[in-house]
Parts: sequence; structure tokens; C-alpha cells
Amino acid sequence: MSDPTTQAGAPAPRSGDDKPRPGMSERSIGLLGDRKKARLDELAQASAADRGGISLVRDAVRRLRRNPVAIVGAIIVGLFVLMAIFAPLIAPHDPVQRFDELTKNLTVDTIPGATADHPLGSDPLGRDFLSRMIYGARQTLFVGVLATLIGLALGVLIGAIAGAFGGWVDVVLMRLTDVMLALPSLLLAITLVALASRSSQWTVIFAVAIVSVPIFARLLRGSMLAQRESDHVLAARALGVKERNIVLRHMLPNSLTAVIVQATLTFAVAILDAAALSFLGLGDPDINRAEWGLMLGVDGQRYFEVRPELAYYPALAIIVVALGFTLLGEAMREAIDPKNRR
Amino acid sequence: MSLLDVRDLSVVFQRRGERPFTAVDKVSFSVEPGQTVGLVGESGCGKSVTSLAIMGLLPKRGNKVTGEVLFEGTDLLKLRPDDMRDRRGREISMIFQDPLSSLNPVIPIGVQVAEVLERHQGRDRKQALRESRDLLDAVGIPDPQRRLSEYPHQISGGMRQRALIAIALACKPRLLIADEPTTALDVTIQAQILTLLKQLVDETGTALVMITHDLGVVAGLCDTVNVLYGGKVVERARRHELFAHARHPYTHGLLNSVPRLDSPRGERLHAIRGSVSDNIPWAEGCAFAPRCDNVVDACLEGPPPLEPTASGGDLRCNNPVSEEVAVR
Amino acid sequence: MLRVIVRRLLQLAVTLIALSALIFIWLRNLPGGPVEALLGERATPERRALLTKALGYDQPILVQYGKFMQRVLTGDFGNSIRTGDPVTEVISRAFPATIELALAAMIIAVGLGVPLGYLAARWRGRALDNLTIAGTLLGISIPIFFLGYLLKDVFTQNIHWFPPSGRLTTGLDNTSVTGFFVLDGLLTREFDASADALWHLILPAITLATIPLAVIVRITRASVLDVLNEDYVRTAEAKGLRHRTIRGRHILRNALLPVVTTIGLQTGALLSGAVLTEKVYNWGGLGTLITDSISGGRDYPVLQAIILLAALVFVVVNLLVDLSYAFIDPRVRVR
Repeated sequence: MSDPTTQAGAPAPRSGDDKPRPGMSERSIGLLGDRKKARLDELAQASAADRGGISLVRDAVRRLRRNPVAIVGAIIVGLFVLMAIFAPLIAPHDPVQRFDELTKNLTVDTIPGATADHPLGSDPLGRDFLSRMIYGARQTLFVGVLATLIGLALGVLIGAIAGAFGGWVDVVLMRLTDVMLALPSLLLAITLVALASRSSQWTVIFAVAIVSVPIFARLLRGSMLAQRESDHVLAARALGVKERNIVLRHMLPNSLTAVIVQATLTFAVAILDAAALSFLGLGDPDINRAEWGLMLGVDGQRYFEVRPELAYYPALAIIVVALGFTLLGEAMREAIDPKNRR
Repeated sequence: MSLLDVRDLSVVFQRRGERPFTAVDKVSFSVEPGQTVGLVGESGCGKSVTSLAIMGLLPKRGNKVTGEVLFEGTDLLKLRPDDMRDRRGREISMIFQDPLSSLNPVIPIGVQVAEVLERHQGRDRKQALRESRDLLDAVGIPDPQRRLSEYPHQISGGMRQRALIAIALACKPRLLIADEPTTALDVTIQAQILTLLKQLVDETGTALVMITHDLGVVAGLCDTVNVLYGGKVVERARRHELFAHARHPYTHGLLNSVPRLDSPRGERLHAIRGSVSDNIPWAEGCAFAPRCDNVVDACLEGPPPLEPTASGGDLRCNNPVSEEVAVR
Repeated sequence: MLRVIVRRLLQLAVTLIALSALIFIWLRNLPGGPVEALLGERATPERRALLTKALGYDQPILVQYGKFMQRVLTGDFGNSIRTGDPVTEVISRAFPATIELALAAMIIAVGLGVPLGYLAARWRGRALDNLTIAGTLLGISIPIFFLGYLLKDVFTQNIHWFPPSGRLTTGLDNTSVTGFFVLDGLLTREFDASADALWHLILPAITLATIPLAVIVRITRASVLDVLNEDYVRTAEAKGLRHRTIRGRHILRNALLPVVTTIGLQTGALLSGAVLTEKVYNWGGLGTLITDSISGGRDYPVLQAIILLAALVFVVVNLLVDLSYAFIDPRVRVR
């Protein structure tokens, strides 16, 4: 069989001469006509599109949106934040007001249950439990966010400095985190509370925050160390960019995604630890504050036999929110893992 | 009767939420006792999947295998998993590409060799270790006694692959499948391993299926060569025929892309245009069409049929490379 | 190899010394300091000055620390502010209770966790796997003390399967040899005491085991999944080995390496969780001791000692785990 391309009167193109594109040589296309060419291009595009997105972050977000677990987590977190923000609009009553219709039924071993006006009944002091639950989202969010942010800020600072500078700075800072890691998390928190001269909500926040510092520190340090030798950092340095700017503008942002993932997971741990401290009597001394951990750990425990709902509702709320953050955090972690890319 | 007769083997991968992907598309070839057959193609053409399907090593779920794989008359695909397990390592063996990751890092080498003998030939540990030492010696590993208690990370890449060959041939299988056994090795070691393989299969009369993308490997070893593209066989020929007169444009391109010492200076390297992913489904036409210089109308109408050639091979092409151009 | 051990021991010593110094200095400088705690309401400036002198609190801090370390090294931790008993005695009474609980919980966590994680990985995507994942997520999201109360409520109040609190039924006599009541009963042949102790142990142990169990299941599952993808498992299959050979020698032998590290880390979770669990079940171990030493006036001598002890145990366990890696992973052991 003779080669039709040679028949057209021009030399057969040598492979590799043509511009590389998922198509064919001009000659072959011309021979087949536009219709066929369009079809070929279309098929080639289809196979290229199958191979998925390009940028790591966009790829991750795409995968997250398709992941039902991530969606559930995000919904829970979203509802939680909304409930916290709009508590005054959602709650039927004021959380600190004592209602006569409830207090008059309070005895040593009964706490009024659900009534028409008060769907979740009363708390031990005659206040509307439902409103306290809704407002509880605020304080819980407050404690969680603050503890996470403080832990994050300190941890990132320590880790970034240790990783960026290396040498003895690194050694000293790592010994410092070793001391923090010498005690398991809750015990560390307990120790810190014990060391505080006065208990307050801030004591709890700080204690829980310090627990997460070593985790963030390690994360940042690892990320910094890995990046120090990477090509884009070496290039920036070669171009004369100041070390400070390299760290701030190039290296830190790259660690951002890992930090966000860890912060999400830390939030869940933070509210659980705060609840544990309250349970042990080491928490916020203002036991009237509407915060789920406090409500669960103090009232919930004290009145468990009398009215277990005082424990069940805050516990359920904490579990759901902790679960939501954990689901979201885990899904995010899997989404950015490059091993998962097709 | 052929030793191995693969007939219309197809493997379709189907993962949840994704389109089905046909990795192996009605592939047929056969292997006679003592023969060495090559399966050649670029990455992604289905040659590894073919070998895994023959061995029954594909994951249990996510794929569908059809066709027949007749080993001495028995269809391996129809065997119960336990029966196939009995044959693996004993009648058919396989070695893989990366010798370091193919060995268990926490178990001594001696045990990894011995366990095949313990399993298939009923030896006890002491006896098996003794025979293992002899096997390691036979594949050219120096000081085999010491190696028995060493771990994979303690020996070199070449020695690891030799050990894997020893393991594969321990029970004297009638068929050995080698999936790119030298790709992960240094060039000098490659030659040694290939020589070793050739020597062993000649000595023992074991048939060999050599899977590779490297035509140089094929040239030294194989009696018959099957060229795969897009999951189908596109050319089959005896070794001399293939290298002398490759007819399929893809094979031709592969041969052309091997640089030669005697080509004129300054001459550009020839590469096949595009990449493996620039293909069209066989149902629409020839998968190679987007990259082919010989493409004609018929190539976009459906898969070209596999037809016998005058020289005793097979060819799947509507417009093969002409005789004159084919000769290099 | 030896160098690594020595270096790690030095690190351990440095960490503990730093920790003890930090705590020591901090406690001494608190406004509600030890002198206040001892004197309570009867504090007058004169009494305070006298006590300060008597206890040597007016000396420079380094001197105080030096004396403290001297005493520590001879095993003298002072006396409990609350009870007046020597700290070492107070702690050695409580210590075995916590260890017994922690050990039981660890046995449950590992004994159940590893097989479950393995099976979940083997049957990935099927019912057991999905259920397991859901279970572990729940396990790490639930506050332990709440779980304790829940279990207590269900199993001791509604169905009387287990006793509600304590380590032994009141009135039951037992001879304490090691402090591990279950063991003691066996040693002194008071089998009824042993059985009773075990009966009391089960519910708290299950409560405490929840989080470590969840973590171990997840790590085992992830590790087995990783190993299943490894080439050497494929080689083992290609050899035609029997399934149980592959499972034991090739899969588990490799997959369990990270699990060992996790066990070390989980002792921390056990120590933390013990504090909570002991309160729920009135267990009378170190956890109870800690909470008693904080609420209602800080009992500094006891606190100091417990913190150091906890840190010591935790750090030593992790050191042992790290070192054990050298034994189980030949890539570490033999260069």
C-alpha cells in the first residue's frame, strides 16, 4: 500500500517536526476534512478533561465539594456559627433570667421538665434551658476559637522561628516544646490551671491553648525545614530577597493549608478539653455562664440522677460540633494530600 | 498444545463514579514451552495489567476480566482462587519492576526465598534455607550463606533482583513472567540481569514472557514480540522480522526513536508525536491515529482488524509503513 | 545504637529537670503561695514570716531549688498539706489503682483495636469498615466523663450489671500486696476478692479505653491499607503463599510498626483520661488525688510530685517505644 501523503507531492513529514499538540499533522488533517478533524479534537479534549484540574488548592476544593463527609462537617460548623451569632434572635428567652413558673417547682430532687413556654424545661436555678443551650453556642465558640487562635499564634511563631533560623535557636525552642510535650494534653492543662493563681475563663482558654502549641510548632517547623532547601526559596535568595521577606511572603503562606487543617481539628479538641476541665471543677468559676462544657461538667454532673437532660443536651451539642469540626478537618486533610490526586 | 494460550483477554476497570476504562482489549497471544515472548509498549498500554490478569493478581473488586487464559489447557480465569494460589510460585512465577519495594523489608532474605520452598514443596525451615543458599548461589550472588540472614536494604539493587529471580525459579516453574525487571536498575546491572535470565531459561527450559518498553531488551532475548498499544495487540512478529521490517507505524516509530551511534551528527532525535494520552477510543477508530503519520480515512471509522502478514506475524493497521521505508 | 540511647536519656533528664524547675519556681512565686495554703485563714504577717523562715522560703530561689532537688533525689517529697502524710506514701497508695485501670484499658484498646483495624482495612468500603470509621469518629468526639456517666447510668442503675463505684465492694476484705487488687487476690488466693476487683474494673476500663481504642483502630486501619498497596505484598501473592502466611509475616509485621508508636502516645491519653474516669467512678487513684489536690486549696507538694511522676512515666514510655523500634525494624537496627 502506498503512502497517500507522498502522493500529494510533498515529502512525508518527519515525526517530531510538527508543533506538539494533541492533533495531527496539517497534511493528514487536510486529507480528512474538517468534520473529522473536529471529531478528533473533541475526542482528544475529552480524554484531557478526564485527567482533572491543575492547581493543588483548586483540586482540593473541588474534591471537598464532592465529598459528602466534608459537606456534613461544613454544614454542622456553619449552623453552629450561625446559632452563636444569631442567638438573641433565635432564643425564646433571656438565658440568665429566672422564671417564677419554674422556680416555684424547684425542689431538692426535682427540676421542672418541658412545658409549653419552656420546651427544654428548667435548669437548676429556674432559667430557661433551651435559651441557655442556644446562647451556649456563643460561649463555646468563644472558648474554642480563642483557645485555637492563641495556640496557633504561639505555635506558629515558635515553629516558624525554629524552622527558619535553625541552629541553636531551633534546639532551644524544641527543648521548650519538649517540656510542653512531657505531659499528656489534659494533664498539661490541669497543671497549668493548678499553676494559675486564680481560676477564670481565661485560665481555661490559656491552658487549653498551650496544649496545642507544640503541635502547631512542630507543624510549622517541619514545613519551614522542608521549604528551606526547596528550589523556590533558593531562587528567592539568589535574587537577593531579604531573609525576612522570604519567610513572611514565601514560606509561611505555603504552610497555610496545613495550619488551617490542624486548627480545625484543634477546635474540636479545645472544646472537649474545656469541658473536661469544668467537669473536674477546674474550669470557669462563673458556673452560671452559659457554655456547653460548663453546663455539662457542672450542672450536668451534679444533677445527673435528678434530670439527666441537663447533661444530655450539652453533651450532644458538644459531640455534634466536635464531630463536625473533626469531619471537616479530616476531609480537608485528605483533600490536600497529593497522594490522592489521580 | 501451547504452554500458555491467551485468547481475547479483556480487563475493564470500573471505579465508583468514574467511566469504565478498558486497559486490555481482547488481547491474544501464545507461548510455547521454552520460548521467550516479548510484550512491548509504552507505559499505560496494558502490558502489565495483562500479566497481572494472567497471574490472577488483579484486585478482587473494581475490574472485570473476560476471555480465556489457557495454561496447559486449563483456563486459569475459571479456577477457584485457592487453586490458582497453589499454582502461583510453583507452575507460573512472576518478577516485578522494583526489586527494593518487592521485597519485605523486615524479613531476612533467606526466609523470603525459603518460604516458597516451604509452601510448595513441603520442606521444613532448615532444609529450605539450605536449598535457598544454593539458589542464591545459582543466580550469582556472592557469599550466599551470609546473605540468608541479611535484609533487603543491606544488599545492592542487582543482588535484590537476582534474589527475586531465585525466588521465582525456586520451584522450577514452567512459565516465568518478567514485568520490566531491569527498568529500575543501573544500565550495567541491566545487562547482567538479562544475561542471567537468558542463561537460566535456557538451562531450565522455562518459558519466559518479557514485558518491557525497551526494544533493546527485546532484541537480545525474545523469540516472538507482541507490540501493544491502547490495550490491543497492534503487531506481532518474530524477532528478526520486527527489527528488520516493522510494519506498524507505532513500532516503526519506536524503532526510529532509539538513537543510533551511526546517525549523522546534528540529526534531531525522532520521537513519536504526542503522548500516550492523545488517543481515541478503539470504537471510534485506530487509537494511534492522532499520532500517526500514515493515517487515512479508514482509521477514523473503527478499529482496524488484526490480520496475518505474509511473514507469519500479525498486523493491525489500515496503512502500514511501506516495505521500503520500513527497512532501516 | 548505644549512642542513641544515651542521647535520648540525656534529653529526658534535661526535659524533666527543666520541667521540675519551672514548676518549682512558679509555685513558689504565686501570690496564693504555699505559706498561705498552709496557714489558711490564720495567716498574720508574723506567722507568715515565721513559717517562711522555718520552711526556708526566704532563701534565694536557686538555693531553695537546690535543696529541693537534693531531697527529691533522696526520695523525700515532703508532706501533703492536706493530710500531713508523706507525699511518697500518699502517692504510692494511689499509684497502683491508676496503673491497674490504665493497664486494663490498654489491654482492651489494643486487644480490640488491632483486629478491628485490620478487618476494617481488609474489607475496605464494606459495612464493617464504614461502621468502624463512624465509630472511631464518634469515639474521639465524645467527652470521656460524659461517656462514663452514660455507661454508669445504663449499666449500674438501670441494669445492675456492674457496681457503681470504687474498686471493691465495701465490706469486702482484701489483703493488699502489690496494690493491684486483681493481682493481689490471685496472689493471696482470695479469689473472691480478685473477682470482685475485676468486676469493679470492667466499666471504668471500658470508659477509659474508648479514645485509645478509636485511635488505635484508625492507625491500624490506615497502616494496613498502606501495606496492602506495597509491592512486597504483591510479591507474596505472586509466590502463591497461603493467606495466613501473608497476613502474619508480610502484612502485619510491617503494618504494626506505626501502631507501636501510637501505643506509646496513647499512654498519655490514658493518663489524662484516668483523671476524668477516676472521678466518675470514685476510683481513688492518682486522678482522684490530682483533683483533690487542686480544688479547695492547692496541695503543692503532692501536685509537684504527681506532675513529675506523670511526666516521668510518659516520657519513659515513649522512650521505650522509640527504642523498641530498633528491635522490631531491622532497617533501624542494622545499618
